[in-house]
Amino acid sequence: MTQNLALEIMPDSPTVTIPLSQHIGKQAKPIVQKGSVVKAGSVIAEPEGFVSIPIHSSVSGNVLKIHREPNVSGFPKDSVIIKSENNGEAEKYEPMDYNAVTPEEIIERVRLAGIVGQGGAAFPTFIKLSPPKDKNIEYVILNGCECEPYLTRDYRLMLEKSREVIIGFSLIMKAVGVKKGIIGIEDNKPEAITKLKEIAKDFPGIKIEVLETKYPQGAEKMLIKSCIGREVPPGKLPMDIGVIVLNIATAVAIHDAVVKGEPQLYAVLTVTGNGIVTPKNLMVKIGTPLQDVIDFCGGIKEDAVKVIVGGPMMGVAQFDFSAPVVKATSGIVILTKDEVNEHPETPCLRCGKCIEACPLNLIPTKLARYVQLEKFEEADKIEITTCMECGTCTFTCPANIPLVQWIRLGKQRVLNLKKNQNDKN
Amino acid sequence: MELTFWIALATMGGLGLIFAGALAIADKKLRVKENPLIGKVNELLPGANCGGCGSAGCYDFAVKLVEGKASVNGCPVNDTDSVKNIALLLGLDADDSVRLIPRILCRGGNNEAVQKMAEYFGPLSCSAMDIVSGGTKLCYYGCLGGGDCVKACPFDAMVMNDNNLPELIEELCTGCGLCAKACPRNIIEMHPKDRMIFVYCKNHDDPKTSKSICKAACLGCGACARKSEGGLAVINNLGVVNYDRINPDIIPFEKCSSGALTRLNVPDSRNPS
Repeated sequence: MTQNLALEIMPDSPTVTIPLSQHIGKQAKPIVQKGSVVKAGSVIAEPEGFVSIPIHSSVSGNVLKIHREPNVSGFPKDSVIIKSENNGEAEKYEPMDYNAVTPEEIIERVRLAGIVGQGGAAFPTFIKLSPPKDKNIEYVILNGCECEPYLTRDYRLMLEKSREVIIGFSLIMKAVGVKKGIIGIEDNKPEAITKLKEIAKDFPGIKIEVLETKYPQGAEKMLIKSCIGREVPPGKLPMDIGVIVLNIATAVAIHDAVVKGEPQLYAVLTVTGNGIVTPKNLMVKIGTPLQDVIDFCGGIKEDAVKVIVGGPMMGVAQFDFSAPVVKATSGIVILTKDEVNEHPETPCLRCGKCIEACPLNLIPTKLARYVQLEKFEEADKIEITTCMECGTCTFTCPANIPLVQWIRLGKQRVLNLKKNQNDKN
Repeated sequence: MELTFWIALATMGGLGLIFAGALAIADKKLRVKENPLIGKVNELLPGANCGGCGSAGCYDFAVKLVEGKASVNGCPVNDTDSVKNIALLLGLDADDSVRLIPRILCRGGNNEAVQKMAEYFGPLSCSAMDIVSGGTKLCYYGCLGGGDCVKACPFDAMVMNDNNLPELIEELCTGCGLCAKACPRNIIEMHPKDRMIFVYCKNHDDPKTSKSICKAACLGCGACARKSEGGLAVINNLGVVNYDRINPDIIPFEKCSSGALTRLNVPDSRNPS
């Protein structure tokens, strides 16, 4: 729907709401007050603790207030609200030459620029780039498969910012100290494959791998299996088998941070679905309210029923359009009644479709049943915590059982139980 | 024909005799002598197997009682007479235990709490609703209305009312506390039955926000706390009762604009419960 639409830069909103927590880990601590004058790119919150990153203002203007505001995650978060005045130049770090820069400099710049993983989980990237010494990292894989159906922003980035993608990727490889890099791209994106192959010629070590188009090909564990044939064991991380996976948009952000000295001020996202008047691929300032983005795309059609931030499979349905775009926002999907399954739930048919569909070879129907009966230990035994919540089971279920919803609840309860046990021991 | 009949009778009858003999021997040889007290104590227990005592069921609790591994007052469900009788049987002293009763400290039902612009599809369970954007109400502290407490109650003492809030039927409640454990928002608290003053709200939002999202919310204004001499305090935008120091006679209950602070058993037009 949006694959042939070029990226547009959306103009600044009159006010932006910048949440202090846009990443996994501890919330950042604000260093501005009501009335402070800030510039685009200036730091408004300092990191607290190790798994935390600084937050930058995306516009120049005045701080209106610091308050708990609605968030795209569905839970309100402390946010800095800034009135855009468009006064003054954007603040930047010093640009660096990508050939001369050292690994330490790259990692420090990535941390200062506040870059988080763009795949959805929003893990601070600088931590990913500095794996523990005892892990022997062999490969870095760049995810050029679109994370979810409907979204096209990674495709547009690969086409329009091919050079930035490749340079960003070479910076990642340098930072981690790895010689082998693979960009995995689904075979429905031939133009991107040709273009990236062309540029990658000048960068030794970067290989383009063409993969089958399917969901969830862009999920970390799937991507590793498709690219190098290794499987991540349950309960382990990709780095345990010598791999680090990053997203296309993250590579571009790293390029911009190092080569141009720009902190992450924009989120690249796709506004799509049958419910939006003009679908677009956009670069939106962090903190822009969803309402402004929707208005910029011509507004919502009358028959739209659901607005999802993220992809249609794993995204979060929204109830308040004053919630802002955050660093890891990859798309806004507006669905009409035909695109949403609202059929009532019926009893399990024992058809086994969910078991066939599960990319991680779990047994969704059994897991969901165990959670319903609160048998969390049994659920843990058949690896409920391995589930990545891709939603394929619920999508395939002919009986409309909310499988992934039950499993999510079970995962949370199992992790809590384990945490309590650890605290006791 | 006749022969078949006799053969069948002989085989089946013979088999029956052999097994009966085996059973009779097993009964004598393998018998485990049970303390007769366990059976008697078990009969005095409620028999609901609710698990409120922490044991696997009533029989398990009876075994622990007889072995002296549990306290006579350990069962939160038992009435005072049964406790006394068990104590007599075991030759122990029963303490005068205080009956606990669950109090549902949220009044933000469908009529009071403002709903999100959203519909919920998925498992109808509070804890499942809680992880999806925190349920359908704008209040992130209040009752989710999924009825986990109703499902948890083995005595049918908890029901959902028309306002989609749980309601306690005190006559059926045994005080086992399973509802309080089931609530993911910790709205249900176990209190001694004679406690009468409660803040019926758990919302920590600032006054402006809490006023806008629920008619029954405690705003944290502090009107109740000002002259309470330490009986009430506002902590993090929420009124908290200090049961050691509270003196009902000096608390201005009528000053609570939302009616969150309530004294039970005192007629009040705003709080028909």
